[in-house]
Amino acid sequence: MKILIEYFDCQKVSGLRGRRMYRIVAKEELNSSVTKIVVEAPLVARKAEPGQFIILRVDDDGERIPLTIADYDREKGTVTIIFQIVGATTNILNQKQVGESIKDFVGPLGKEAETNGYKNVCIVGGGVGCAIALPIAKKFHELGAKVTSIVGFRSKDIVILEEDFKKCSDKLFVLTDDGTYGTKGNVTAPLKDCLDQGEKFDLVITIGPLIMMKFVVLTCKPYGVPVTVSMNPIMIDGTGMCGGCRLTLLQDGERVTKFACVDGPDFNGYEIDFDEAMSRGRMYQEQDRHANTGSCNLFSADKDNKSER
Amino acid sequence: MAFIAKMNSMPTLDASVRSKNFKEVALGYSANVAIEEAKRCLNCKNKPCVTGCPANIDIPGFISHVKNNDFDKAFEVISQSSCLPAVCGRVCPQESQCESKCTMGVKFEPVGIGRLERFVADYHNSKDSDNEQKAKQVQPNGIKIAIIGSGPSGLSCAGDLVREGFEVSIYEALHLPGGVLSYGIPEFRLPKRIIRKEVDALISQGVKLKTNVVIGKTLDIDDLFEMGYKAIYVSTGAGLPKFMNIPGESLKGVYSANEFLTRVNLMKAYKEGSFTPISTGEKTVVVGGGNVAIDAARCAIRLGSKVTVVYRRTEKELPARLEEIEHAKEEGIEFMFLTNPIEIKSDENGFVDSIVCRQMKLSEPDESGRARPVEVAGSEFEIKTHSVIMALGTSPNPLIRKTTKGIKFNMHGGIVVDDNGKTSREGIYAGGDAVTGSATVISALGAGKRVAKAIMESLTK
Ligand SMILES: Cc1cc2nc3c(=O)[nH]c(=O)nc-3n(C[C@H](O)[C@H](O)[C@H](O)COP(=O)(O)OP(=O)(O)OC[C@H]3O[C@@H](n4cnc5c(N)ncnc54)[C@H](O)[C@@H]3O)c2cc1C
Ligand SMILES: Cc1cc2nc3c(=O)[nH]c(=O)nc-3n(C[C@H](O)[C@H](O)[C@H](O)COP(=O)(O)OP(=O)(O)OC[C@H]3O[C@@H](n4cnc5c(N)ncnc54)[C@H](O)[C@@H]3O)c2cc1C
Ligand code: SF4
Ligand code: SF4
Ligand code: FES
Repeated sequence: MKILIEYFDCQKVSGLRGRRMYRIVAKEELNSSVTKIVVEAPLVARKAEPGQFIILRVDDDGERIPLTIADYDREKGTVTIIFQIVGATTNILNQKQVGESIKDFVGPLGKEAETNGYKNVCIVGGGVGCAIALPIAKKFHELGAKVTSIVGFRSKDIVILEEDFKKCSDKLFVLTDDGTYGTKGNVTAPLKDCLDQGEKFDLVITIGPLIMMKFVVLTCKPYGVPVTVSMNPIMIDGTGMCGGCRLTLLQDGERVTKFACVDGPDFNGYEIDFDEAMSRGRMYQEQDRHANTGSCNLFSADKDNKSER
Repeated sequence: MAFIAKMNSMPTLDASVRSKNFKEVALGYSANVAIEEAKRCLNCKNKPCVTGCPANIDIPGFISHVKNNDFDKAFEVISQSSCLPAVCGRVCPQESQCESKCTMGVKFEPVGIGRLERFVADYHNSKDSDNEQKAKQVQPNGIKIAIIGSGPSGLSCAGDLVREGFEVSIYEALHLPGGVLSYGIPEFRLPKRIIRKEVDALISQGVKLKTNVVIGKTLDIDDLFEMGYKAIYVSTGAGLPKFMNIPGESLKGVYSANEFLTRVNLMKAYKEGSFTPISTGEKTVVVGGGNVAIDAARCAIRLGSKVTVVYRRTEKELPARLEEIEHAKEEGIEFMFLTNPIEIKSDENGFVDSIVCRQMKLSEPDESGRARPVEVAGSEFEIKTHSVIMALGTSPNPLIRKTTKGIKFNMHGGIVVDDNGKTSREGIYAGGDAVTGSATVISALGAGKRVAKAIMESLTK
């Protein structure tokens, strides 16, 4: 720990330019649209726990995006992230090679997943959500809990992390929507089977698309099994400052506003207003709905504004 | 002697031009006008204006140098009390601080103290090379101090300490320093290059700036002590946005002012080629009446939206700076007073469609001394809009509170301190918005200076 702090302390931090950067030390393509990278970030590695995330900015002028800590090595001072290439920022990130650096990398943010005291857990992951679920599954396994993992993907060519899940699960179900690999179907099917066969999970944790998590909650409800869901709303600062990541929880009939970045990302699945969360998640996809002609003039007027430089 | 009754006016960009761009609105005095304005000062013996300045700048002192065309001397005088004159000259609510106490203001208009301060600072900053030379060499004393948060309070504390030889590190959660000056106050009111310049000056004096470190997450206060820091200054501001808890606040198109301003300022959504999406649609309603509300409104109009500010009291109670309110009106922002939202309604896709408000009337003053607004029954009406920006104020971020033992907090989440900024835990100081809740730049700066002094006294004896 001492060494890490000194490493951090002697970094040259001279102003806004030439600032300390976060070097990529390993990179692996998990499938055509999911990449894993290992980043040098000793301070983040030192405190990281399963369930927490980081926020990164690839370059100057880039966006801040949240990604879950998929793994960490406190000794080496590295943090692993696994990301799906979905848009501008994840594309630029994917172009970075080993040896190159990321401009900003802050964390660990959010609360760690609660793993203490559970003896029989079920992890339900969907798509890239499996990457987020893996460190939690590992932690339960280390703590001696019985781990059942159910991981679902759209198709064979995007199945990821199967080996890793095998290592930390007592039982593993792999599914694909189109049946090209593993069992054909939805993650809720094996979950329901387990519950019907009398499996007494003391916790189900689900991470993946909102619609999948919603159905996992609905599947568990009749059995009275507690469900934790990992929420991924749009975030900016990740410190509770902007309110952009807010979610509505229904607690004792009251609607309560929570910030996913500091109060989460894990929440009691039975309290989440999924429909609202799904609607908010699409906010910027549907942005062109209110075509904003004014902004075009603005941008051209702003071109000669040199004050930023 | 004949008095010039009126303050020399501030040249501004034309409202119809500036409402379409993010260039600075107020252009600043020329040297001649500054000297003219300085001549209006009576150089009062009892210096009433100074009592109105939270940083106790020797106002007649610096103004008399401006009068004599010696702007460098004027800058020196200001520097003794404030490290951010280019900022404060622009954003201080002078009409309720220094200028409210000015003798000239009794019969005529007060001296334009803020405008003169800005002039002097800008003059100094325009002479590039000087900055470096100013950083006179001090003997390092080897005592390590950590400052949490790089807003005006943290920066001023760092500046005073580094000049006395302390080894100062600032830890900042975001990727850029400056606090509200960077992510809140927009470019057209406070160009970012000014903050950059101030921060660069501190760094060249030896302050270490560590961005991307969230204290309470990346490191906690106990780690800092373990790393050898002898005192810690908590200047984390008041960044937690409030909501009204009315139906519809989670619809798409409802922003907290912090989210909206952060996207526009910190993430530069207003610049061409920015990756940060922001969309206001054709019509925006801003709820609130403080600086934050006016800033959000003025950003929205610059993004091409029609803007209405909805405030539950009357124009007289608007807490924002007078100048900003005037500028906002010139830019075409509409105000609806005595109006309080009760619900936000959506279209079929979950986007904002309208905001339902109720008429208010003022009754007896509340404990803050301001007239209390009460609802007029049956006065509901609807305003069609595409976006709603909630600017209802902020409270201190609970992160430090939740992760640090032994510090006392008040019921609003503010840190409890004594006159020197000492908290209930040895070695930990606090100040700025983290203590007072949302206040002003200059009071945050003043708190940083007080703490710097207290730290010097306790550690160098
Ligand atoms: C706590 C948390 C943990 C996450 N962990 C992972 C992870 O481990 N691996 C992974 O692949 N993805 C993860 N995500 C989602 C990831 O942040 C988004 O995929 C990413 O921000 C997309 O950025 P983009 O610029 O490439 O795409 P864009 O083109 O900007 O957006 C594509 C879509 O991604 C979503 N999105 C955009 N910006 C954000 C944002 N700031 N926050 C959340 N979602 C956004 C939106 O639904 C959008 O429609 C996580 C999100 C959160 C909130
Ligand atoms: C939009 C807007 C307009 C305003 N206009 C005016 C004006 O015209 N005139 C005026 O006088 N005042 C104005 N104010 C108020 C003024 O900006 C604040 O009072 C002042 O900035 C407070 O300074 P501070 O240093 O206490 O905190 P901030 O400026 O809030 O800085 C705090 C810093 O600490 C960082 N931080 C927080 N938590 C942590 C953590 N755990 N670890 C590390 N870093 C952390 C934050 O990221 C931030 O950078 C305005 C405020 C806003 C929001
Ligand atoms: S710092 Fe603010 S209050 Fe003090 S003299 Fe300058 S403008 Fe006035
Ligand atoms: S009160 Fe006004 S006139 Fe008197 S010294 Fe101060 S600025 Fe000058
Ligand atoms: S991301 Fe800004 S408050 Fe959560």
